[in-house]
Amino acid sequence: MRVLVTGLGTFWGSRIAQELEARDDVEVVVGVDTHEPRMPLERTEFVRADSSYSILQRIVHATQVDTILHTHLIVDSTTISGRAMHEINVIGTMNLLAAAGSAGSPVRKIVVKSSTLVYGANFEDPYFFREDGTRTRGARTSIERSLLASEGFVRDFAEDNPHVLVTLLRFSNVLGDHMDTPFVRALRMPVIPEILGFDPRLQFVHEDDVVDALTYGATHDVPGVYNVAGDGVVTWSEVCRMVGKRRVPLPPVLTNFAAEPLRLMRVDLPHEMLALLRYGRGVDNSRFKRAGFRYGHTTAGAVDAFCRSMRLERAVGDSLPEYRYQQDVESFFRHSPAVVRD
Amino acid sequence: MPDAPEDQAPQRPIPLRTNGDAGAATPLVATGTSLVPVPAADLEPDPAPDAHDPDVRMGDVDPWGRSERMREIARTVYDPLYRHWFRAEWEGLEHIPSEGGALLVANHAAAIPSDAPVIMHGIEQELERPVYGLAENMLRALPVIGTMWSRVGGVAANPENAYRLLHDDQRLVLVFPEGTKGTGKLYRDRYKLHRFGRGGFVEIAMKSGVPVVPIAVVGAEESMPIVWKSGRLAKLLNIPYFPVTANMLMFGPLGLVAYFPAKFKLRVLPPVHFDVPPDQERYSRSRVMDEADHIREMIQQALYDMLRTRRSVWFG
Repeated sequence: MRVLVTGLGTFWGSRIAQELEARDDVEVVVGVDTHEPRMPLERTEFVRADSSYSILQRIVHATQVDTILHTHLIVDSTTISGRAMHEINVIGTMNLLAAAGSAGSPVRKIVVKSSTLVYGANFEDPYFFREDGTRTRGARTSIERSLLASEGFVRDFAEDNPHVLVTLLRFSNVLGDHMDTPFVRALRMPVIPEILGFDPRLQFVHEDDVVDALTYGATHDVPGVYNVAGDGVVTWSEVCRMVGKRRVPLPPVLTNFAAEPLRLMRVDLPHEMLALLRYGRGVDNSRFKRAGFRYGHTTAGAVDAFCRSMRLERAVGDSLPEYRYQQDVESFFRHSPAVVRD
Repeated sequence: MPDAPEDQAPQRPIPLRTNGDAGAATPLVATGTSLVPVPAADLEPDPAPDAHDPDVRMGDVDPWGRSERMREIARTVYDPLYRHWFRAEWEGLEHIPSEGGALLVANHAAAIPSDAPVIMHGIEQELERPVYGLAENMLRALPVIGTMWSRVGGVAANPENAYRLLHDDQRLVLVFPEGTKGTGKLYRDRYKLHRFGRGGFVEIAMKSGVPVVPIAVVGAEESMPIVWKSGRLAKLLNIPYFPVTANMLMFGPLGLVAYFPAKFKLRVLPPVHFDVPPDQERYSRSRVMDEADHIREMIQQALYDMLRTRRSVWFG
């Protein structure tokens, strides 16, 4: 198996590359991104690309990869401008799929990491979205629109290239030690925001399950769309109780307006998160289980694991060592004849 | 306000076709409404139970937002009202199955419906089975009220929710097919059943493979009768109806919440089984409408029968 990982410089790209490096059936791991990986990698080849992946076709043909792991869909709108997000999610996916579908392309499998954000959050929603369900209202935030557009390209690609196995995984909110998402940031604050009078049902997935799910998709033949979320639901009030922090209510009307001063104080509550804090969202995770995947954590278990890691962090500080990728050092260890390899 | 699920286009679960080998042309999940239909995989028929974390939850809110603790509190608070104010009296409770899913269908009345809590409370007391009450989506959008409603067993009336509750979870689900047309009717139209929607409740019961258990309720109509309604104000406030109730005329603003002590009598009718295979993509429209009409007629006749023997609105 020869694998190409997009977004190698992101947390997910690096984690997946580490996971794939450890497998014997993976011959080659190539990673592309605009910036270097921040985690130590042993045999993954890093190629710098621009954010819209315009050189991908050459990379695909040169490396003869048969599997592409597209981990580089932005699902957090707070860390990036709308324009940059569009460039990465929409144009990046378009170029990636164009490269994968070009004449003589060796690609036979594509795994895409998307988000349950594509379902939105609204009072008319079913309590558990199935993969073939639809949104009840049109997408209003740029993040949702860009994800829907990317998924549209993936669908078209799957229809036009029946010989390629396309797996689209929609992840619910991820919790984990090393995450930096609006939810994790909210839970790390001294007090946690809520919307007065609402206590939504939410689902979470543990970061290890995300890595496992992506690896499962890459190493098994499971074409199709799958929701990935831990079993069960928890309410926001229960999450806050488990974390052991007090809640501060935002007004139920003009919520977005009230969140504005908080945004100035760098407490970022994007639209899509406010919708979740109001109506919540549930997805049916049984389809991926029927395809053979096994979760390590339930929704409540993911919250609990997050609480424990936060307690540890409070006691000993962040234990993750800083890693710096240095092109010449890395290439020396990988390619120099002076290095003895077994 | 409780409402039937058929006000939305029925969403049918789309069967997933399977494909043989990866090299062959892969069949697609054919649907125009799906966000992204991409090739379907070979799926195991039954999901094996997952290796679970130890249960670390502190609350008891179930996947539907219902909390047995909240339900217990609501029962304690509501029981005196049920016993001494409405003095609810049941017959035919044996028609409600003690296990497996069933769709309970009842007539609907009172400006702020008094029948839903009476039915839910009664069945939970007598049969010790939880009842999930389907009601208008809009309730979910209301702060505090929406959350409370959900914690005591309310679920948004969405066909997918109903199917999942009945088919997957095998629950008792209560629905009022008349919806807000039933609760918004004037006092002079009491006990005259409205159209039972488009029969969506029958279709859901068929699809879930569960019987419909009709329930006729006498008493709710007189507990908060509407004497006049303003179409203009309703439109302005974007609500189904703007009622002036007899309770308001008598008690002033308190009449918004105070019911008259009408005697409640409830008759559970024999369950209606549909002799059709479950999980079909669609069912014959005419068959669905026939069954819906039949059930409506059963309830209507039972109501007339009960009203014939009723001597007093207050004492039964």
